[in-house]
Order: sequence, then structure tokens, then C-alpha cells
Amino acid sequence: MSLTTPTVQAAAAAGPALPAQSAWSSIGLIARREISTRTRAKSWRVTTLIMVAVVVAGVLIAHFAGGLTQSFAVGFTPDVPAATVNAIEATAKAASVSMTASTPASQDAGQALLTSGDLDALVIPQTAGDAPSGAPSFEVVVKQTLDPSLQATFTALAQQDALDAQVTGLGGDPGTVAAAIHEANVQVTALEPEPTIDTSQIVVGLATVIVMYIALMMGSQFVAQGVVEEKSSRVVEILLATVRPTYLMAGKVLGIGVVVLIQMVATVGAAALAAHCTGVLDASAIHLGSMLVWSVAWFLVGFTIFALMLAALASLVSRQEEVGSVTMPALMLAMLPYMYTVTVLLHEPQAQLGKVMSFVPFFAPFLMPVRAAFNVVAPWEQPVALVIAVAFLPVLAWLAGRIYAGAVLRTGARIRLKDALRSA
Amino acid sequence: MAVLDVAGLTKAYGDLRALDGVSFRLEAGELFGFVGSNGAGKTTTMRIILGVLTADAGTVTWDGAPIDFAGRRRIGYMPEERGLYPKMRVGEQLEYLARLHGLDASAAVTASKRWAETLGIDARYADEVQQLSLGNQQRVQLAAALVHSPDLLVLDEPFSGLDPVAVDVMSGVLQERAAAGVPVIFSSHQLDLVERLCDRVGIIRDGKMVAQGTIADLRHTDTPQWMIDGPTGDGWLSSLPGVRLISQQGARTVVEYSNTDGNSGSSTSGEAAIGQTILRAALAAGPVTEFAPLRPSLTEIYRHEVSTTEESAAHQGNGDAR
Repeated sequence: MSLTTPTVQAAAAAGPALPAQSAWSSIGLIARREISTRTRAKSWRVTTLIMVAVVVAGVLIAHFAGGLTQSFAVGFTPDVPAATVNAIEATAKAASVSMTASTPASQDAGQALLTSGDLDALVIPQTAGDAPSGAPSFEVVVKQTLDPSLQATFTALAQQDALDAQVTGLGGDPGTVAAAIHEANVQVTALEPEPTIDTSQIVVGLATVIVMYIALMMGSQFVAQGVVEEKSSRVVEILLATVRPTYLMAGKVLGIGVVVLIQMVATVGAAALAAHCTGVLDASAIHLGSMLVWSVAWFLVGFTIFALMLAALASLVSRQEEVGSVTMPALMLAMLPYMYTVTVLLHEPQAQLGKVMSFVPFFAPFLMPVRAAFNVVAPWEQPVALVIAVAFLPVLAWLAGRIYAGAVLRTGARIRLKDALRSA
Repeated sequence: MAVLDVAGLTKAYGDLRALDGVSFRLEAGELFGFVGSNGAGKTTTMRIILGVLTADAGTVTWDGAPIDFAGRRRIGYMPEERGLYPKMRVGEQLEYLARLHGLDASAAVTASKRWAETLGIDARYADEVQQLSLGNQQRVQLAAALVHSPDLLVLDEPFSGLDPVAVDVMSGVLQERAAAGVPVIFSSHQLDLVERLCDRVGIIRDGKMVAQGTIADLRHTDTPQWMIDGPTGDGWLSSLPGVRLISQQGARTVVEYSNTDGNSGSSTSGEAAIGQTILRAALAAGPVTEFAPLRPSLTEIYRHEVSTTEESAAHQGNGDAR
């Protein structure tokens, strides 16, 4: 034995000089493995493509269904007087009904357009003869039914015509009457003016909470399954002989975070691009740019929160079948704001409970973007909520790291949280 | 100089004392066999050396200093529970583990390919681990332990589940590593293999090292025995002090020497001299066709060491029952 000793020392001295590996290079290697193995998986690519296809299809459907802010195509036959056309357009505008006017060559051509669905209504001159006095100077042809808001527009104009006729018959000046009526308004002072909500805000708010929910749940489930995969395949013992448990957890969370972020950027980016190209959100009050930036920030914070929680919880079990039950409490924390959004917040964006909840780290990633879609957040709210959530992260990371380190090498029966914390 | 010094390791799981003062030293270039029944504490000891478990008491020193995280990364480890990513390709897996141990990208590829070739799995380099047979997965596992040219090898049951050819490959690699100066500690239930390969052996029982030393040390006894195929009867023995007849079957006689005066017979040279004296006495009594010292095999030593407590425990158990 003593003979070989000098050789060994020489060999050790001449052996490969290993660079002092920093924590970050270990974490980087682990994260890179997650990214490369997961993005290469066919299932991941297919899921991403499906998600992109679904959101783009959603935007296109919204576009072809007439846009989120409804606009009507109304045709006027050439023989409708210009005054009538102007009057209808003015009335529609006053009633906030979006309307584009076109002039088909003839009534037959207009009816063909009605049938094909390119026109919502066709205005033709009043059929001469049996019209009673004061009847409007036009008639409307539709394919099946007239949209209520267009109907209201036409009716308002018809009533105006009737009123004018009566006023003239009584010897008055319709113009004076109209001006007097126009000025007779009740002054209303709102103490807390409610912002106007358009349909697009509800749709975008719903889409935001759904995408956020899917992204956070999918991402943190990936983390949970990854933790258990390493535990059940026992590879974790080899890994932990090389890297510290917290590095392993951090690398996994980081890597999977990047993978899910790629998927989300692809999905939301495709949706935003489609919305931009079709102009489907142009008329909406949503500040899409800032909303997207904030949503990415909320995704990152939310993913870190849920990924850390699920990594810690998943480390308590050794089999994939047990992941569901052990992670249930954390999933409820995500389910809560999701359900609240769908059932309350979308209809009542200014709800006080929603405002308060959107400052709680677990709920903020879901609720803040939705409230932002409705423009009901004051400029200070998102930064403050983000600071609160980010300040909460080190506490959560410390706790999750302790649980993970205490549990990840103990295979077999499910470990109690208390035991994991104690043995860390 | 001791490369690895394990001193007084103690570990308890609740009321169960898994390790109770386990100590041993591992010299450079030494193959150390670690044997003991299931649950005796082999895996716990190895996990503590690797730092995946912490001991309640005791130290692990490496070249004279307590082993730290950087030192542990220079160990090649094969855990009892085999562990690899099932869906990762063999090559990628080895390269990844090499890089985690600090090799740069190109060195990791070179080392992975070299070990895959040495262990005969280079044809499966691009296959997923789960597509390999268990024996081949075991070879990948060994490659994973070797890929970063470790300064120490800690292998938990490296031979379990291997076919004879794979056992030869594995033995060859371990001997080659030891010859290169790397100390190797491995556990096994295949005692003949341990006897053949190891320079030294440690027997652990109920968390305590009950015997350790070279195979020759362990075989040594104060009451050596010999087998003589030759003269019948025990008349020729009478002239030999301290020698007594153990058994006789036809022409085969087994004799035992026990030291009566208390100053000789304990050294190997003394033992050999006594053997020659016995042989001469036998030859004087008649023709001898076979003469050999009867040395206990490692299996017999192991049985003896392990059964000692198991018997006493059994007796105690019976006593309690009554």
C-alpha cells in the first residue's frame, strides 16, 4: 500500500484541474437540462402549437363575428335621400352605435348582400302611397331580424320624424323644439364614476385569468412531476452527491419557468399579433401593451410562488400517483382567485374584495392582470402589489428549500411536513 | 497515509441505532470490501461519506481534513438504489453528470464516450436509458460514477444483478481504478467476489464494525487447523504438544493446534513452522498424499461474525418468551 501512495499523490496533483464551480453554474446546468429535455419532447411542442392555434382561432372568430365592439354594416339604396342617410348616421352616432354605411347599386343588389351576410340592414325609400302622415321617409329590409341597437336607432329617427311632423302641423318650428329638448338634461354628478366597460374588456379579462391559470398550474405541475421523477428514479441521490438540494430545486424551477414562459410568450404573442392584425381590439379601452408587460411580471412572480410550493410539497411523496393529493392545498390557492374572477370580478371589476385580494401574493398574479384589463387599478397598485409579492419570495424560498432538503432523499411512504422541516 | 478516514460514525433513526461508532480507514489504491447483512448499516455509512446523510456523531476526513462539499464532488458514487433519468439518452446523461461534477463541455463528452466504450455500452450511447436491459443500465450507472475521474469510489452493491461477464467487466474496472491509486470501497453480498478482489474487508453488524482487516488477517486464528490425508489413527499425534484431533474420516485427519505456553503460534511464521512439524510427524507415521492448512473462507468468517449475535439474540428472545 505504501508503495502506491506517492503515485496517487502525483496522479491527484496532475489530474484534471477542476474549476471552482459556483452555485450559479450548477443551477445553470440543471436549468439547461430541464429546458432542453422538455422543449424537445413532442408532447410539449404539440401542446404549444395547439395553444397558439386556439387563441389565434379565438381572435379570428371574434373578428369575423363582427368584432368585439359590434359594428353594423348598413346599406342605402341610391334613391334614399342624402338627408335621410345623414340623419340615420347622426342618430346612430348619438346612440353610440357603430355603423358603416355603403351604397349598393340597387335594391336587388342590396338584398343579395343581406342574404350573403355582408349587410346587417338595407335602408330603402318609403314605399309611396299608403304611408300615413308623419311616417318616416324610409323602410328597412333585413335578412331575419334587426339587431335591437339598430332597431332603436331607426325607431328614434322615426319618432323624431313623427314629432317633427306633429310640431309642424301645430304651427311650431321642429328645430326650436329639438333644440329645447336637447338642452333639457338632468345634471347627474357621480361620486364614484364607474368606468365604461366594453365587451372586449370582459373577454380579455377572462382570457387573461384562464391563460394565467393554465400557465401557472401547468408550470408548477411540471415542477412537481420533475421532483417526483427524480425521487422515484432515485437519480436524486447521485445528483445530491454533487449539488446542494437548494441548487437542484432552484435549477429545476428556473428551467421549467423558462420553458413555460416560452410557451406563454408564443401563445399570448400570437393572440396579440392576431388582435393587432385584425384590429379586433382597436376600439377597446384596454392598454394592451402595458397589460402584457405587467402580465409577464405577474407570471414570473406567480410561477415562482407556485413552483416553489409544489416542489416542496411534491418532495414529500415518492410516486407520481401521489402528486395530486399532496399538492392539492396549493392548487386550491390558485383555484380560489380563478373562481372569484370568473364568478364575481368579471361582472363587478371594482369589487372591494377583489381589490384587497389582489394585494395578497398568492392571488395577485391572477387578480391584478384582470383588474388591469378593466382599467380599475390606480397607477400605484400594481407596483406596490409586486413589491409585496417579491418581498414574500425569499421567505417562501427558504421554507420550500428546507422542506425539500429534508424530504427529497427519503423515499417510501409520504413524509409529514413537520418531519421534513425537522430533519432539514 | 490514509486517504479516507471514517471515525466513530453514529446515526439513529428514531429509536433505531443504524450506526454505532463505525470506523475504518481506506488507503490509496486499496480495494475495501464492505460486507454485512441487510440493514446492518452499509448504505447508511456510504450515504454519510457522500454527504447525502448527516451523521449524529463522528467524522469523515479526506487526506487529513474533514471532507467538504468540494471534496465530495471528487467521489464517484453508485447508490444502492440505482438512479438515472429513464427518458434521458445514455450519452447525454453521462455528459450531464460529468458537467455537474465540474468538467467542461468537451471534457465531459470525451470522458463519457471513453467510459461508455470501456464498459461496452458505446453502441447504446444515443438510446434512452429506459430502453436498455437492467444489466446495461447498471453499466451506465457505473460509468456515471466514473465519468469525472473520481479520487475515491464509493459503490453500493455494484455487483448485484450482473451476469458473470458483466461481473468480470466490473471487477476489471475496479481493479484497474485501484491500481491507478484510487481507493475503492464497495459493498457486496457476494463474499467469494469480495474475497477475490479486496485487499481489506470490513464486516458490519447492527451498526458496528465487528471485524476488519486483510483477508489473511481475518483468516488468522489462534487455533489453526490442518487437513492430513495419510496415516490413520491418532497415535502419531501424541508426540506433538498442543495438537489435538478434531475429526477423522478414513485417511483424512483434521487436527488443531492451540497455543498452550502462550508465547508462540500467533504469528504466521510460527504457524507455518507448526504446520511443518505436524507434517513431519505424519510422514514419520506413514505416507501422506495431501496436506493443507484449513483456512476459513470469508463466508465462514462472515457467518461466524454475524451468527454470534444472531444466536445470542435468539437465545435472549427465547428466554423472554419463556
